[in-house]
Amino acid sequence: MSEFLQHLINMLVLGGTYALLGIGLTLIFGIMNVVNFTHGVLYTFGAYIMFIVVQQLGLNFFLALPVAVLAGWLLGAAIELTLLRPLRGSDIDTTMLVMIGAWIAMQSGTLWIWGGVAKSVTTPFPEAPLVLGPVSVSWLRLFVLAAAAMLILVTYLLINKTSLGRAMRATFQDHDTASLMGVNVDMIYTSTFAIGSSLAAAAGALLGPVYVIFPQMGDLAAVKAFAIVILGGLGNITGAVIGGFILALAEELGAGYVSSGYRDAMGFLIIIAVLIFKPTGLFARAERVG
Amino acid sequence: MKAIITILAVAALASVPLWLRDPYLLNALITTGIFVIGAMSLNLLLGFTGQLSLGHIAFFGIGAYVSALTSLGFDIGLPGDIRLVHAPWPPIAGFVLAILVAGLCGYFVGLLSFRVRGAYFVIVTISFAEVVRLVALNWVELTQGPLALTNIPSIALPLPGFGELMLRTKMQNYYLVLVVALTAYLLIARLVHSHFGRAMRGLMENETLAVSVGIDVTRTLTIAAVISAAIAGAAGSLYAHYIRIIDPEVFAFINTVTMVIMVISGGKGSLAGPVVGGLIFGLLPVALRPVMAPEAQWIAYGGVLMAILFVLPRGIVPSLALRFARRRSGKTALAPVALPETGVKEPA
Repeated sequence: MSEFLQHLINMLVLGGTYALLGIGLTLIFGIMNVVNFTHGVLYTFGAYIMFIVVQQLGLNFFLALPVAVLAGWLLGAAIELTLLRPLRGSDIDTTMLVMIGAWIAMQSGTLWIWGGVAKSVTTPFPEAPLVLGPVSVSWLRLFVLAAAAMLILVTYLLINKTSLGRAMRATFQDHDTASLMGVNVDMIYTSTFAIGSSLAAAAGALLGPVYVIFPQMGDLAAVKAFAIVILGGLGNITGAVIGGFILALAEELGAGYVSSGYRDAMGFLIIIAVLIFKPTGLFARAERVG
Repeated sequence: MKAIITILAVAALASVPLWLRDPYLLNALITTGIFVIGAMSLNLLLGFTGQLSLGHIAFFGIGAYVSALTSLGFDIGLPGDIRLVHAPWPPIAGFVLAILVAGLCGYFVGLLSFRVRGAYFVIVTISFAEVVRLVALNWVELTQGPLALTNIPSIALPLPGFGELMLRTKMQNYYLVLVVALTAYLLIARLVHSHFGRAMRGLMENETLAVSVGIDVTRTLTIAAVISAAIAGAAGSLYAHYIRIIDPEVFAFINTVTMVIMVISGGKGSLAGPVVGGLIFGLLPVALRPVMAPEAQWIAYGGVLMAILFVLPRGIVPSLALRFARRRSGKTALAPVALPETGVKEPA
């Protein structure tokens, strides 16, 4: 029983960051119809920003998260402006392959700059975990959960309570009509990609110190993000949050009770099962953002 | 005209080992040739039915593992205290089994994944390849996991009356790959220009319309997937017996991406496209190696991919063919423009 409770605690921590990854991708996928293969690189990028700020510049750990969000936002906007905007109107395969090209180039760039040796980040949290009866959780993981929850809330408010969010939802429903109503669709696309990228960078910055940081860390994160998006349904933020926790639970239980070697297979098995039995996602309302 | 170019190209390829003595370059050509076969099989799906499978390496890898395990033998325990023991068979049997098993996998994957389209199809196929990779990594008793299957025997051709010919040298393997590649090319060409090929293209152009004229979409797509997977399995088998060691890294996503790059840059939906694109991107690392660090090579690789998509979105071969056709139609004012890929006769 206590083992099961421990898995639940781990699921909460992991699920929060997975939800961040999923929200970022579901916004981009849903609004822009772009299969974003650079999402994993942005995750890696966020983790390396954490490493630079904390280890190389020696600055405060808590400062690193906002820096990573901002850097992810800027890099995302740059990718959208240089690669996606000129390809507006091309078919989905072309943009997807350009994103694959960008992913290969950027990941190799990371490898070139920082090398393949895994990096770790020292955190200001005490070594001893917080013990709650039969289960324990490290302070770092608690911080990760709290920060992820806060970012999820901010994004939810941004989409549902601001005029930018309203324009994004309108663009998702029908970009032609949105454009006729005076929404600057190009600007919405750039903002969407930048916001999605900053969330991926935030997820990387949060999970980087929990594990280790290396150039290929984003590959699996990207596929997991796709699994979450498919679970939750396209453009569905609440679905992405629930999908993130379901994936985390499946991984925890799979690793705990089946075999730790198959932990990462859970995401893929979920993708295959959902798409075969319920291709619209588990929480499909009529397709809309929100 | 087209026939002459084809014959000249084949003759040029066949003559390579006679004048090229550098083993490093010959090795690069053989591995490139194996990937070109994989790219041709991918083109059958991507170029002629419009379905982008990003899990294609799964069939290649399955072919490699099936072929290697058939010729090495294995001894594994199954649930219920059953032991499954397989004594080594000749590699040529592995080659045939690789084609059959990969085709069978193509059937099941096609059956399941063709229920969805577009981005969802892409993601299902990626997931399939990753699951297969994780199985290869974790089922250590069968696959040796990360320790790799080693000492895979080379393919031996049975010659009636003379025993068998072991294909060990690079020159022998080069010709083996060339023969398999030509066979695959002719098979795909024949298929594309048949009634079945027109059904495939029809549903790529407009699926609803194809259904309304009586094309069974799922059946057509599944058959294409089976043939495509079987050819990829053959390529995987060649790879296993040439490299003679395989590990789960053969399933790496980057290998699928390499095949997709070969198809798209050369021109999807063109028979010669994957060959041209394959030779360029297979040999690009060889050309870049003396001038760049390995990481920089990959940056250039990604950059060249993006550049081709921006400059020649239709691919090299269709773009050149279009230009050639335009020039000819300019000379003979009203002559009908010859479309590419009409050289092969339609079967009656």
